[in-house]
Amino acid sequence: MAQQYEIRLAGLGGQGIILAGIILAEAAGIYDGKFVAQTQAYGAAARGGFSRSDVVISDEEIHYPKAQMLDLLLAMSQDAYDDNLKHLKPNGILIVDATYVSQVADTQVYAIPFSRIARERFGRENVANIIALGSLSQLTSHVSEQALEQAVMKRVPKAHREMNRQAFEAGKGAARAALRLSVRPGGDEDI
Amino acid sequence: MEPQLLMGNEACVEGAIVAGITFYAGYPITPSNEIGEIMSRRLPRLGRTFIQMEDEIASMAAVIGASIAGAKAMTATSGPGFSLMQENIGFAAMAEVPCVVVNVMRGGPSTGLPTLPSQGDVQQARWGTHGDHPIIVLTPSSVREAFDLTIKAVNFSEQYRTPVIMLMDEVIGHLREKVVLPQPESIDIINRARPTCPPEWYRPFEDNKSGVPLMAAFGDGYRYHITGLTHDEMGFPTTKPCEVDAAINRLFKKIRQGFDEIMLCETFLTDDATCVIVAYGSVARTAKSVVLQLRTAGKKAGLLKLQTLWPFPRRAIEGLPQSVKELYVPEMNMGQIYREVLRVNQGRRTVRKISKVDGELITPQEMVQVVA
Repeated sequence: MAQQYEIRLAGLGGQGIILAGIILAEAAGIYDGKFVAQTQAYGAAARGGFSRSDVVISDEEIHYPKAQMLDLLLAMSQDAYDDNLKHLKPNGILIVDATYVSQVADTQVYAIPFSRIARERFGRENVANIIALGSLSQLTSHVSEQALEQAVMKRVPKAHREMNRQAFEAGKGAARAALRLSVRPGGDEDI
Repeated sequence: MEPQLLMGNEACVEGAIVAGITFYAGYPITPSNEIGEIMSRRLPRLGRTFIQMEDEIASMAAVIGASIAGAKAMTATSGPGFSLMQENIGFAAMAEVPCVVVNVMRGGPSTGLPTLPSQGDVQQARWGTHGDHPIIVLTPSSVREAFDLTIKAVNFSEQYRTPVIMLMDEVIGHLREKVVLPQPESIDIINRARPTCPPEWYRPFEDNKSGVPLMAAFGDGYRYHITGLTHDEMGFPTTKPCEVDAAINRLFKKIRQGFDEIMLCETFLTDDATCVIVAYGSVARTAKSVVLQLRTAGKKAGLLKLQTLWPFPRRAIEGLPQSVKELYVPEMNMGQIYREVLRVNQGRRTVRKISKVDGELITPQEMVQVVA
């Protein structure tokens, strides 16, 4: 079977989880030119219920469209973390919004306070999803940074482009800082 | 055309616009909402009509009225709304009013699971309205198919003067994929046959070779009667057995004559298969990945993907090669197409169902466990 890269974004309704999934899919599918399938699941409430979006990226046609074993999990709430951690592959990339996810069992985690950064730097929490995408662009190589930035710019409202561009940058910066602090996996290759 | 990231519901709207839908009436309901929402933005700009009605009963009534007046009309809904539309769908079948009803299936019965997928409305799409009537039901398993089959649905409705149901499941309705849509000029569009005779010669429900009467639009100058009562060739109610019998039989004849053309299916690796999975909608995607897995493991598996559910594409089942000994029918319901496969199989092969009704798509692992 084809090698697929499976990403799940999970959190609460209102956090922009599904929009982030669409942007990610557009980046991988349209700008990076890969096959992509984006699906979503959410509760019936407009805000506060669970919300998740799966993005499957592949070099070949995708049949089963949902994520099964996650290569990357972004959890924006404690429930999202608790419910989805079991689907993360060993050595999968785990990113959490440290603003809302405080109980983390795993040590291999990028804990970045997306919502707090959004609130403090931009005065609104609803750009936390774009900050998270900025971070994601630094933490996985399966979607390119340029593609993600182009997709963000295309999908956000024109009036808020500049703020979203800055949010994306803020996310990149936060991820680089987190990378410097983290223990890197691997280290077997000759240098 | 450029590649774009589209959702199944969006692709359905694009298909409808290309197919020439000029009228949309509907009432919002998850998971079909995007269809009405995008229609409300797109249609007025094209000089076409969008109207939000007070409920699904009225939506279906508006669609029928618009179609009789000459529009190509459609609506979209989900289970609870589909139930409300049934009485008027029967009227459309009886009065032979072309129209398309999209049902993006969610879990039921009743309000059930508003945001979660199901394939529970397959038999309702066939028999939801009362009385003997034929119906055409199509179901896509990808975003591109949502586009293509919406066009087919509109075309069939016009060609056969019948309501056509487009059954999507929530997974396909909300799935986003990269698609390249064909140039609109390259797509065949069918419009209903209209009378050209002098109005006083017009017999609105007269039989002909195709079994499909010529349809005049109200306002064209052809004055005629239209009713849900069983009617004669002039459209007036009748209880004469010979006229009643002819009227009902003609409804079936027109669809039966088009059966080969209406029966849309795809086979994948069935030529040498010993076991075939018969699937449709999002579940057909799971099935395809399972077929590939089983082939890698040395098992001769194949897939028969149904795009037409009604009239049930029995010839596709009957035409499978002799080598096929086992059929598997996975569905997100308790076995609604499984019953049909059993019916046409006539005991020739082993038929097993794989049912899942928990609001989640059947996974490849779940399917492999049964088929392997």
